Order: sequence, then structure tokens, then C-alpha cells
Amino acid sequence: MSLRRVILQFGSEWNVIMRNGEQLLLTLVIPMVLLGFFGAVEVLPLGDGDPLGVLVPGVLAVAVVSAAMVSLGIATGFERSYLVLKRLGATPLHRGELVVAKALAVSAVEVVQATLLLGLALLLGWRGAGTDIVLAVPAVLLGTLAFAGLGLLLAGRLRAEVNLAAQNGLYIVLVLAGGMIVPPDELPGVLGSTVEWLPTHALAACLSQALSNGPGGSHWWIIAAWATTLPVVAARRFRWW
Amino acid sequence: MSVAVNDLTVRYGEVVAVDRASFTAPEGAVTVVLGPNGAGKTSTLEVCEGFRSATSGTVTVLGLDPRRNRSLLTSQMGVMLQGGGVYPSARVRDVVRHFCALHGRGVEADGLIERLGLSGRAGSTWRRLSGGEQQRVSLALALAAAPRVAFLDEPTSGVDIDGRDTIRAIVAELATGGTTVVLATHEMDEAERMADHVVMFRAGRVLASGPIASIVRQRNRLGFRSSPGLDVAALGAHLGSVVADYGSGTYEIAHAPSADLVARVTAWLDSMTLPLHGIDMGHESLESAYRRITGGAQ
Repeated sequence: MSLRRVILQFGSEWNVIMRNGEQLLLTLVIPMVLLGFFGAVEVLPLGDGDPLGVLVPGVLAVAVVSAAMVSLGIATGFERSYLVLKRLGATPLHRGELVVAKALAVSAVEVVQATLLLGLALLLGWRGAGTDIVLAVPAVLLGTLAFAGLGLLLAGRLRAEVNLAAQNGLYIVLVLAGGMIVPPDELPGVLGSTVEWLPTHALAACLSQALSNGPGGSHWWIIAAWATTLPVVAARRFRWW
Repeated sequence: MSVAVNDLTVRYGEVVAVDRASFTAPEGAVTVVLGPNGAGKTSTLEVCEGFRSATSGTVTVLGLDPRRNRSLLTSQMGVMLQGGGVYPSARVRDVVRHFCALHGRGVEADGLIERLGLSGRAGSTWRRLSGGEQQRVSLALALAAAPRVAFLDEPTSGVDIDGRDTIRAIVAELATGGTTVVLATHEMDEAERMADHVVMFRAGRVLASGPIASIVRQRNRLGFRSSPGLDVAALGAHLGSVVADYGSGTYEIAHAPSADLVARVTAWLDSMTLPLHGIDMGHESLESAYRRITGGAQ
């Protein structure tokens, strides 16, 4: 593993993200709009407590899904289609170095997301009540692993255009009914009990424990299981070109 | 030999893309892998580049196994893909700099961009380049490796005349500098201009390979074009050879072509104040050789 090549590739990945307006919309603008709108307008069934206490961890989970799954997945799908991955395969850059560079780029985006979202939350009146705020780090790490695995699983198998549609479609479904913004017990019947097992809700619940003293509990095991399984499946099924 | 392909077979399910192909590419020479689309050229190159596994047979590049010794090979190998390979929003200068840095072989990006005639387009994104400019950027990415071996897939495809001249000159420079160049194309004219060695593919099989002089036949005739109705008996007597008149001002002398013979013909035409419209040194064209060889296989 060459640190020099990882840093070089990270720079290249970062430049691509910064030049890609759609990715910036997805990773920064949509989570900010969700937090700003639902933080100001009480239309969601968020219970009797402080709505921002539920909304902030939920929107942070949405941001992780945006960066780690959709943005990374769509970009990687098009890189396959444009033969960028194949072309890089003929350079001394190892696959492992490419994966680390992409992970660093996603992490850098998440740092920007978290900074902007927490800043906006503070402006909206949120005062973090979490006593275990440091738990947000492993929660985001596990969430990133799980959703990067899911995004790359789709990107590594589907045609670029189909992948684009699939990632965006899945994103909308997960935002609306993934248990991040709307709590599972507010969702109808079997959907609510299913959502409890999804990585989206598990991530939101773990972030809620870290930021708002919510119940983490078994959700840590659920997100850890997804974070272990999905990257392995993605690595096995991934087609580089 | 820098590249040695031995009994290579590549299958995609039931389809045999490459069928027991064998050839070598010597160091410091341009080896052109020639054949129509779907003949197995790209599959063969992909095995040499380490992108694809051989179903059977062996390939060595610079004495290395392209799959098992990938790290060692990529540091000294330049690859030009048949198309793409660059993110559409990437700028020429950025992508060339990035590849030069990744290879870390001391190639200076701005100099490379200038050498390929792309200085005026260095700030443009890939998607705004013409097809020919994209090909030149792809070649620049291969050269960023300062390669000991270069695999170029259809390098002049879609390139205008000036761009072709640039690419041909760079390919020749590479070979002169000791790089082994393996170039796949279906364009016979390009192959003839650039090749030292030729490998002829058809339907996955190598039908002929070797130095171009061993592939292309000599006809032992000197042809030339001048005014119709020339006195062939007088010219024949002057040269001491039989001269045939094929009509429309086309003639052929039954004698092995040489500089001396050309000088005597042109001197005679000059003394008669007759024009010389063209001369054929009696080489079979590569296209004719390809048709002869593949025709024989059918």
C-alpha cells in the first residue's frame, strides 16, 4: 500500500466530487433541505419530545446514505461505464489503494455534511443532549461501510444508467420509509416491523443514542451485521469493467 | 522477446475469441496486430495487459506473468484503451498530471501535453474534446508510464491527418527509444506505415506473423506510369529487359526493382521528354498480403 498513491487518488476523487453538481445536490443540499424544512415545519409524526432530537440523527443518517451509497454508487457505476476503473487498472495504483482513496473521499464528504448539518441544527435551536456523543463516530463508520457496500454492489453489477435509476429510486424509498426521518412505529403494519431490521433505521437509532440519548441497544448489532455482510458481498460480486 | 504469446486461447462461454494464438513481439520494434473487428485482437491485448485471464496457453510480458506479476508490470507498461478511460468532467491537464504522478516515472505532464499537440486544449474537459483529441490524450496516458512496453489499441481510429502524423511519429520514437510497441488495428494503411512486425488475426486465429518483409511478397517487377503509347521496345532495348504495356499509361519492367533501374528509367523518360506519374517498386501491399493469406485460409 503506497500512501503517496492513495493521497494522489484521493485528490482525484475529491476533484470529481467537487465538479459534479448532482453529487453535491445529493450529499449536501437534500439533507440540508430536509433538516431545514422539517425542523421548521412540524408535519412529521415525531412524538411529544423535541422534534429536532429525532430529526437531527435521522437526517445525519440520510446524509450518510447519500454520500456512502448513492453518490459513491452512481459515480462508481459511471466510472465502470467510462472505463475509468479499467484505465486505472493499468497503472501502479492497486485496487486496495483505490478503495481506500474512495473511502477517504466519502469520509471527507461526511465531515463536511456533519459540519453543515450540525451547524444548521444549532441555528434551528437543537441542543445536543447526547452524553455518548463519541458513539456517533463508530455509528457513521459502520453506516458508511454498510451503505458503501450496498452502493457498490449495485454499481458493480448494473449498467450505469440502470444503476443510476436504481440508486436514486432506492434512496427515495429509504428516505421516506427507511425509519430515518419517520420512526418505524409510525409506519403501517408489517412495514414498520421490517424497517426495524434495515441498516437505515439501525444507523439512525445508533446516531440517536449518540446525539439525543435515544435507545441504541440491538441496533448496534444490526448495523454491524450489515456493515460486515454488504461490503463482502459487493467485493465478491463486483465487476471492474 | 519482450512479449511472448504461446498457444493462447480465450473463451467467453461457448464463444472462442482467441484460438491457440502464438506470436512474439521483439524489443524496440512496432508489432502490429492486424485483423477485422472481432478477430480476437483486443482479447489478446487484454490478456497481455493483465486485464483478462487466458483460458489456456501462456503469455509473458518483459518476462513477467501479466496476472501474477501485475505490480511489477504496471510500473513499466503503457496502455491505450480502444476508447474512454477518462471521466467526462476531468480536465486534460489534471488527468495527464494525475497519471504521470501515479506512475512516478519522472514524466513531465506539461511536456507530454505539448508533445501530443494538446497545449491549447489542456484546460478542456474530456467531454469537450474531439474524437481525435481524446485519442491523443489516451496516448498521453500510456506515455505517462515512460513505458518499456506499450499496448495501443486502435490508436489512430477517428484521428484527423495531423493527429495521425503526431501519433505515428510518437510510436516510431517509442520504438527507436527501445520500447516494445504492440499496436492493434484493423486499418491496413496505418499498419503498413507503422509496422516492423505483423501478426495477422482472423476469427481468433493467427494466420501469419513475423517481420513485415517476410509477410509481404516481392514481385520482382518495377511498375511505373507515364504517357500512354510509350515505345516499350525502345525502352526495353535501353534497359535490356522486357517492358510490358498494360494500357492507360501503365507499364511493368520484368526486372527486380533497384535504385539503378529507377534511375535508368527516369533518365530515359527525361531524354524523351516524357512524364513520370508514379512508380511501383514491386512490393505487395499489406492489404493484398492480408487478402492473400486470409483468402487462403477460407
